[in-house]
Amino acid sequence: MLKAVILIGGPQKGIVYLYLQEFTALGTAGGLYHFRDQIRFGNPDAFFVMNGDVCADFPLGELYEFHKLKGSDALVTIMSTEATRQQSLNYGCLVTDKATQAVTHYVEKPSSYVSTLINCGIYVFSPEVFQAIGEAFNLKQQEYYRNGNGSKEAGYIQLEQEVIAPLAGTGKIFTFQVTNWWSQLKTAGSAIYANRHYLELYRTKHPEKLCSVTGSGDAKQDSHIIPDVYIHPTATIHPTAVLGPNVSIGKDVVVGPGVRIRESIVLGNAVIEDHSLVLHSIIGRNSRIGRWTRVEGTPSDPDPNKPFAKMENPPLFNNDGRLNPSITILGCYVSVPSETILLNSIVLPNKELSRSFKNEIIL
Amino acid sequence: MTCTANNSKFTREILDLLTITGNLHIVIMSEKQGMRALILVGGYGTRLRPLTLSRPKPLVEFANKPILLHQIEALVKAGVTKVILAVSYRAEQMEEELSQEARKLGISVIFSHETEPLGTAGPLALASDIIKQSSEPFFVLNSDIICEFPFKELADYHRVHGKEGTIVVTKVKEPSKYGVVVYDEKGCVERFVEKPQEFISNKINAGLYILNPSVLNRIELKPTSIEKEVFPGMAGDGELYAFELEGFWMDVGQPKDFLTGMCLYLKSLRQKAADLLYNGPGTVGNVLVDPTAKIGTGCQIGPDVTIGPGVVVEDGVCIKRCTILRNTVIKSHSWLENCIIGWRCVVGRWVRLEGITVLGEDVIVKDEIYINGGQVLPNKSIAASVPEPQIIM
Repeated sequence: MLKAVILIGGPQKGIVYLYLQEFTALGTAGGLYHFRDQIRFGNPDAFFVMNGDVCADFPLGELYEFHKLKGSDALVTIMSTEATRQQSLNYGCLVTDKATQAVTHYVEKPSSYVSTLINCGIYVFSPEVFQAIGEAFNLKQQEYYRNGNGSKEAGYIQLEQEVIAPLAGTGKIFTFQVTNWWSQLKTAGSAIYANRHYLELYRTKHPEKLCSVTGSGDAKQDSHIIPDVYIHPTATIHPTAVLGPNVSIGKDVVVGPGVRIRESIVLGNAVIEDHSLVLHSIIGRNSRIGRWTRVEGTPSDPDPNKPFAKMENPPLFNNDGRLNPSITILGCYVSVPSETILLNSIVLPNKELSRSFKNEIIL
Repeated sequence: MTCTANNSKFTREILDLLTITGNLHIVIMSEKQGMRALILVGGYGTRLRPLTLSRPKPLVEFANKPILLHQIEALVKAGVTKVILAVSYRAEQMEEELSQEARKLGISVIFSHETEPLGTAGPLALASDIIKQSSEPFFVLNSDIICEFPFKELADYHRVHGKEGTIVVTKVKEPSKYGVVVYDEKGCVERFVEKPQEFISNKINAGLYILNPSVLNRIELKPTSIEKEVFPGMAGDGELYAFELEGFWMDVGQPKDFLTGMCLYLKSLRQKAADLLYNGPGTVGNVLVDPTAKIGTGCQIGPDVTIGPGVVVEDGVCIKRCTILRNTVIKSHSWLENCIIGWRCVVGRWVRLEGITVLGEDVIVKDEIYINGGQVLPNKSIAASVPEPQIIM
């Protein structure tokens, strides 16, 4: 069941979070429509809607300004970005009027090429959009009672197919095209890629959150840091450990002498013992890695040589039934013994490994 | 006879002196009174590639000493003064280095070149002129064998039974993989059985023999196998005896066995000359380290590791069951198991090498690389991991 998490705007401090749970899966627009009164409460001029699995440098202010500029006719503004021809098929594709940025045609995950401009899953809606969703809702209701009980709820509405696509070409839907970094986070493999970009955003917007390179007498500061690296203030990093680039270290993590961590995320309370190496991996909470151990995954970053290439989300297994090499992921409370190697593997929580593993899922 | 006995006692004393003083240059003894040995060096040593691409196999250091010198030194201790090396290729490097060693040991080394491969018996016929200069029995060795080389005891045993030849036999766990030797309680060899399906004997030919020069009458100058074509005939005539080897035995002609042989050799050193083993901080089990090698702090070295001259092992390195050859550098935090690291290599930081990985001479392994069962040719620089066994050219 989908949980709609809607953020109601306001001054940063006074943000109110409302957790609204659908009584049953209602699709991407059904939930919005069901909770329309809570959303409209306080008469906002507009509201943002975002898919929960997108990571980006969100230009929400500009998106909202753009929406306002389009006047009272504008019901929806979709943030969009360029993709490769081939990858565009996995997304919602938009065709626009170059002069007005109005969306003239919209297809969700087309089977043949439509456009390289794709829906980022980030929107501004005017409250009047509920009328359009209401129409879709009424159509659904009629169909539901005419055809009897279908497999889905009467209130199940897909935003992209049942609201946005019909609005395309009506002059009420616009797109704000961005070149900022944007990615879906559909698999654990995307997490390391997304982490790199978030650390990069920290560097430009909140450099104080990142680890500085120059020493200041503090053991943590004096450790060898190759930017960008985030270390939680409660973590203990031995001065001889070398971290980075693209490393995030969680709360109360302990990193021992001579440890090397690169392109990885280490979650809370994990312990990495002396001389071990962690590459392209996610270490779960409370996990423990012994001495001289190598935990390594295979990166699955977007092709850097293709402009606008997005993260591929390959299936877990290839056609031969073999595990596709990906990053190594340890669940929580996993223990990896000393002097072993864990390569391209996924380890479920609470496993105590006793030997090396390669290309395996350890259940 | 008395004279010979005195002479060999004198030789032993000189050799003891030699062991103590090391570089002492002595030219002694009339060659006629010493024994002779023929070592079957043979071909290029392709099984020990990539090490043998830079150095002839007999010169590859096993436990910090060329394989051949283990044999020659043991022969010298047993009173051998003339060593014939049967080689099927010209290796000037080997000839020069061994001639120097021979001078140090006060013996003469003769290279007998085969123009065509002559098997294991043909080289004896080729060198028959030298062998027949004396009526004394002579030793024959396969060059890849490592054991405690009881040549003195072998010669004594041979003289006591008085027959034409003695072959050294060693006990193996799985005799069905080898040719086994069947002999009676006195040691007289009855027959040889190739890869027996049913258990007959667990004794195999160890590749070490002592033969009377008369055996040469049984060999023609053509490609011949001593094991298959000469010994069965001798056994049929009741002229061949078996000598049971004490202690370990290994054919170290390929990397896996080279490492196994090293473990056995170090274990034997622990029992016979424990003071030669290293026991610095972080040592585990039997470890041999050349005095000129440097080992950093926080390392775990051993069990079963040999570290050659001029090697630098930086801080926080873990090495198990490896041979590290001369002038190599192993950088911090690396982990090595079951490897032979060639001369002048540089292994980077946080490197993991395992699965009978062999690095040829002057190989550079970049930081954070993983190699599993890689055979890396000389002068290569490895910048990408090799997770599955392969030859890296």
